Amino acid sequence: MNNTFQGTKEYVASPELMGAVNIAIALEKPLLIKGEPGTGKTMLAEAVAKALGKELIIWSVKSTTKAQDGLYVYDVVQRLYDSQFGEGGVDDIGKYIKLGKLGEAFSADDQVVLLIDEIDKADLEFPNDLLWELDKMEFYIPETKKTVKANHRPIVIITSNAEKELPDAFLRRCIFHYIEFPGPDQMEKIIRVHFEKLDETLLAQAMEAFYWIRGLSSIEKKPSTSELVDWIRALELGGIPAEKIKAEIPFAGVLLKKDKDIARMERAK
Amino acid sequence: MFIAFFYLLRARGLGTDTTEWMTLMEGLLRGLHGNSLSGFYNLCRATLVKTEADYDKFDMTFAEYFKDVPYEGELPEMVTEWLANKEEALKDFHAFLKTQDYEWKTQEEILKTFEERLREQREEHNAGTYWIGTGGFTNFGHSGHRPQGIRITGEGRYRRAFEVLSERRFRDFRKDNVLDIRSFQMAFRLLRQYSDRVNEAETEFDTDGTIRETADNAGSLKIKYKKPRKNVVKVLLLMDSGGSMDYYAGICSMLFQAAEKSNHFKELHVYYFHNCIASTLYKQPQLFYEDGVSTEWVLNQYGSEYKVIIVGDALMDMYDLVAKHYDRTLGEARYSGFDMLERFKEQYPHAVWLNPEQPPYGAYRSEDPEKAWALGPNGTILPKYMATAGRHGLGLDDAGFGWGGGYGGNWGESYGRIADIFPMYPLTVEGLERAMKRLLVSK
Repeated sequence: MNNTFQGTKEYVASPELMGAVNIAIALEKPLLIKGEPGTGKTMLAEAVAKALGKELIIWSVKSTTKAQDGLYVYDVVQRLYDSQFGEGGVDDIGKYIKLGKLGEAFSADDQVVLLIDEIDKADLEFPNDLLWELDKMEFYIPETKKTVKANHRPIVIITSNAEKELPDAFLRRCIFHYIEFPGPDQMEKIIRVHFEKLDETLLAQAMEAFYWIRGLSSIEKKPSTSELVDWIRALELGGIPAEKIKAEIPFAGVLLKKDKDIARMERAK
Repeated sequence: MFIAFFYLLRARGLGTDTTEWMTLMEGLLRGLHGNSLSGFYNLCRATLVKTEADYDKFDMTFAEYFKDVPYEGELPEMVTEWLANKEEALKDFHAFLKTQDYEWKTQEEILKTFEERLREQREEHNAGTYWIGTGGFTNFGHSGHRPQGIRITGEGRYRRAFEVLSERRFRDFRKDNVLDIRSFQMAFRLLRQYSDRVNEAETEFDTDGTIRETADNAGSLKIKYKKPRKNVVKVLLLMDSGGSMDYYAGICSMLFQAAEKSNHFKELHVYYFHNCIASTLYKQPQLFYEDGVSTEWVLNQYGSEYKVIIVGDALMDMYDLVAKHYDRTLGEARYSGFDMLERFKEQYPHAVWLNPEQPPYGAYRSEDPEKAWALGPNGTILPKYMATAGRHGLGLDDAGFGWGGGYGGNWGESYGRIADIFPMYPLTVEGLERAMKRLLVSK
């Protein structure tokens, strides 16, 4: 198997996550990724595409997204215009069929990585409407009487923030992995990817303070990886003496985005 | 291949199905487990478990099934050492028991003694060494110090149980909860689907349809109209709060969230009450005085086109139903709880009552409503003293069966009385679906 994912220089993946990715690739099933915000769900697809040298197609799902949008859109208005003004080629409906992201991924010449981002944002029925297409990797366009079929089954990665529950029938067809919030060891690896050179005391103190804050039960919005990276950057630039970090927690606003949380943290100090 | 594992997973409440199992088999055929136990564990988990809430349950089931599998390498070192020393550990344990003056017993022996104690014991007995109870050094009970025994409810003290591959990191996610918001939302949807089928004239200009038809007509204009797709359903949700409803706070909040998220209702208004609707309804579940609105105002404000969903356990003292409470807006005590419910019923032809509570003990179903009031288990007729101590029949359900029962006492009686006024449904997904369908037919 040359299609195996081992993480990349920029993306630190746990062995379990790498395992899940490789299982999904080998079994040609969509990989469903859940996890706390800031655990790098979306970045995973980028990393997989990069590591395997494949093109990445991103389908960002919004609350108004319909399953049909991912397949194709029939631009009737354009066709109407063309017919009114006597443009040529109106008979050719195919000219007015525009493929969506899923359609794009299916019709690509080489295997691609398809990221369906935040699938839970869409309507409740959305995942069910895609069952057939993701299973068979094909769909039919009635207007042109043509079937779009994947030459190479794309590697499908789906992320969910668990805003809505996903239907069982959909889940059964997926490989599932829950990304845990990285522990201190792995976090250190991640941080080192972002900073070439880092004062060891600063890192140790910042990490300790960070996990202490995350451990406070009263905090509503826990800081995540990206906040920690920003915070360390702020600490570096601010020239704060490293040994004071844990005791004083300067620039707390970078870590905690809610006033209430900052107040609670101050009280717990 | 170890098909028994498949059935064990199902028996332990993981909804594994054949599709997922076949996926696992395919994975094994392709060698994705990499010939290691941890690889096999990861493959199983990725293919069979679809929510982090089940990770813990899966870990325990996996250990239960595979704990005796001879195993080679790749697990955390600690576990490896521990497993390697299994025999010795058991010997150590026996030696330890001896130093503590306990004799070592097999599981069967302990179970047998337990049955004996169950027969002998007549009263509560805690902190001892012999009887069933909490604490102490007995083999039976919970929070005790005896190294061997049967834990009965409560929490373990020494957690002397086989732990899984890794520590149970996913314990917090566990929810032994069949219901979820999604299923409630799906049930609420029924209220929309049906409202769309209202027979109305095609009055709304259909832009997409017109464009499509015109285009298909090679450019000469063809106008299309469609039925208005607006959802006309307006909902008034009244929820019992506090007291005996505290047990159901979780499920009620799920229902509330599902209703809130079902943004397809034209209007949704939520009010809270305690036990029975009285002269005041509250905007917040805490029932603070300043959140109160007069029930009269609610009745005036929301016309009979509203569909009313009342959620409550319908268990209260009959006093709440019968007594006329003083009304500060009317300045007099005019309506009892009963009267209020009757007024709601009169004003709203579409009203249902959802109940998280099972019908009280002694409520049984009968094909003959006349006899239902005195019915006992399996269709037996209850002795008169039991039947009259309770209440009369619970009325008819959808299928035309009578509900009745003997024993219910004061608590049970209110349940039956309210079920006489409003069609009552259990607060489950299926019950909600039935209730939603009921709301769409006028009766």
